[in-house]
Amino acid sequence: MATPDSPPTQASPERWSSRWGVILAVAGSAVGLGNYLRFPGLAAKYGGGAFMLAYGISFLIIGLPICWAEWTLGRMGGARGFNSAPGILNALWKWPGAKYVGVIGVVIPLVIYMYYVYIEAWCLGYAVNYLFSGFQFHDVKESTAFFDAFIGASANGAALHFGRESVGWYVLIVMLLNYYFIFRGLSQGIERFCRYALPALVLIALVVLVRVLTLGTPDPSHAERSVANGLGFLWNPDKVELQQFSPETGQWVPIHETSDPGLLSGDAGSVAGLEERAALLNERVPNSARVRVYPFWEQLAKPDLWLAAASQIFFSLSVGFGVILNYASYLRKSDDVVLSGLTATAANEFCEVAQGGMITVPAAVVYFGVAGVAGIGAYDLGFKVLPMVFVAMPAGRVFGFLFFFLLFLAANTSALSLLQPGVAFLEEALELERKRSVALLAIMTMVGTGFVWYCSRDLKALSTLDFWAGTLLIYIFSTVQIILFAWIIGVDRGFREAHAGAAIQIPRIFRCVMRFLCPAFLLAVFVAWLGIKVIGLGGQGLSSYVTDLIGADAPVSHPPNKVAVAAVGLIIVLMMFLAVITSGVKRYHDYVHHDEEGPS
Amino acid sequence: MTTGGWIIMIISVGSVVSLLIGCVWKVLTTPRETEHLRGVNTHTPDRDREISSN
Repeated sequence: MATPDSPPTQASPERWSSRWGVILAVAGSAVGLGNYLRFPGLAAKYGGGAFMLAYGISFLIIGLPICWAEWTLGRMGGARGFNSAPGILNALWKWPGAKYVGVIGVVIPLVIYMYYVYIEAWCLGYAVNYLFSGFQFHDVKESTAFFDAFIGASANGAALHFGRESVGWYVLIVMLLNYYFIFRGLSQGIERFCRYALPALVLIALVVLVRVLTLGTPDPSHAERSVANGLGFLWNPDKVELQQFSPETGQWVPIHETSDPGLLSGDAGSVAGLEERAALLNERVPNSARVRVYPFWEQLAKPDLWLAAASQIFFSLSVGFGVILNYASYLRKSDDVVLSGLTATAANEFCEVAQGGMITVPAAVVYFGVAGVAGIGAYDLGFKVLPMVFVAMPAGRVFGFLFFFLLFLAANTSALSLLQPGVAFLEEALELERKRSVALLAIMTMVGTGFVWYCSRDLKALSTLDFWAGTLLIYIFSTVQIILFAWIIGVDRGFREAHAGAAIQIPRIFRCVMRFLCPAFLLAVFVAWLGIKVIGLGGQGLSSYVTDLIGADAPVSHPPNKVAVAAVGLIIVLMMFLAVITSGVKRYHDYVHHDEEGPS
Repeated sequence: MTTGGWIIMIISVGSVVSLLIGCVWKVLTTPRETEHLRGVNTHTPDRDREISSN
């Protein structure tokens, strides 16, 4: 029978071999495609300055507090002999249902892995194609056509092809690679890989960064397409939009944008250009278009911006996934968590802001101008626009390879971290050896990845899993963890636990932040997310992710989407399967809570 | 790029670079933080080989 003082049992002999190892592993988990594609896209979309302020506040109010809470909870659970989220929550929370809540901390990384490995395969595929042939696209239409064919966007089953210019082999290779490193174990697999991969990733990003920042103004006939203007589009505080009136919704809809008034004269993205286009549109339909300037403070008042900043913090730091909870459980009782957590976080922020924020968007603006970049999503930016940038860039084949290999490394370190919580759960719950738990997990994840791979049309399966598991469940699990740390365990005891063996102290103000501000901020963001993104308050109507499940009558009538329904079904079935396993784990039922563990 | 853009970029990039340098410096100068712990992966193939060879 396990008690808080009983020695770790079963799976717990696994440990990190060094402090740097765990820092690099956690940083590797956090550094991913979001750092180099999603962050710059959002920063540019919401007008640099305002976004960075919201991002910084989100970092301080939810990022750091949840990070420290997760590290501390993980180490506390590990000291009690548990490495999986159900076991850790069961050990730290007297409520009998806690272990079932912990199942979310296994489902999130597993489901994210199922589609993340597919994206990882894209990165490897692009890197290999650059290495052996280079892309010779003449325009974005060609790069878009290649990308759509590569990922099978046209029809379900279209991605099931094998060849250098098809995604098939790459999916198999990355899956095998991931299972190999996971099979090797924590210190010999994940830690050893991250020790080399993360420094290599940072170094490659620095090389690409230097190349981008020294591009200058490659086309003298387009003086506005310069590195300075590219950086301006990303970082300038003001934002300018060309908007068109929509009679259907009665609202002004942005159709073009820039953030650099006065500097892009003559470019289609300049204010002058936008005003000319608005005048043309108004000649055709009076009062149908306008140019709108959003000053810094006005942008900051947009709920959308705060949602984007907060969600980027979640994705970027990998908090609320259940990964840090699991990784920290392999620390010893006296190992530092405060400095380690902060260092891993700082490494991630460096990759995101100092590298990601300086490479992708400026490079694209240099070759396509603001008009070619504004308003496009992360995947479009990374896999459709950037290949064209590397075609135009001197030695672009080399830098194209380096950039996509960098993305592959970033995705690989993250993918490994997404598998480990599942392995730990199977080892702990079914008392399996590592090789058996890896084999079982491989079967489960192959089913999910196969589903995402096959149902590639419009990436419906991928985006549905991302929305419900990669967004909704993360909000829920993050909230659970901060409530557990600050209210159920109690902020006083939580801080004592966090500071055991700590090399630095958490500033006292974070006691208040973790107890009140963080849960309140999470709740506000969650309610806003539900209202705006799901229910569609403000005239946007129900989210397409909801209408995909229940069908819609207007504006376009359609039945429920079978792939989306199957994707949500997959999440529910997985959750129920893991809950059934959890319900039968004798160690969880037999665990005796010590009195000092706080109120039940 | 406007002056405001330069200021925001310098503050943002400067903050994360300073934070990283500060953290790395602290880890390196705190003796216990660089102490290498013994890895004991009982269920991994490499660890199994190590045990059997002993």
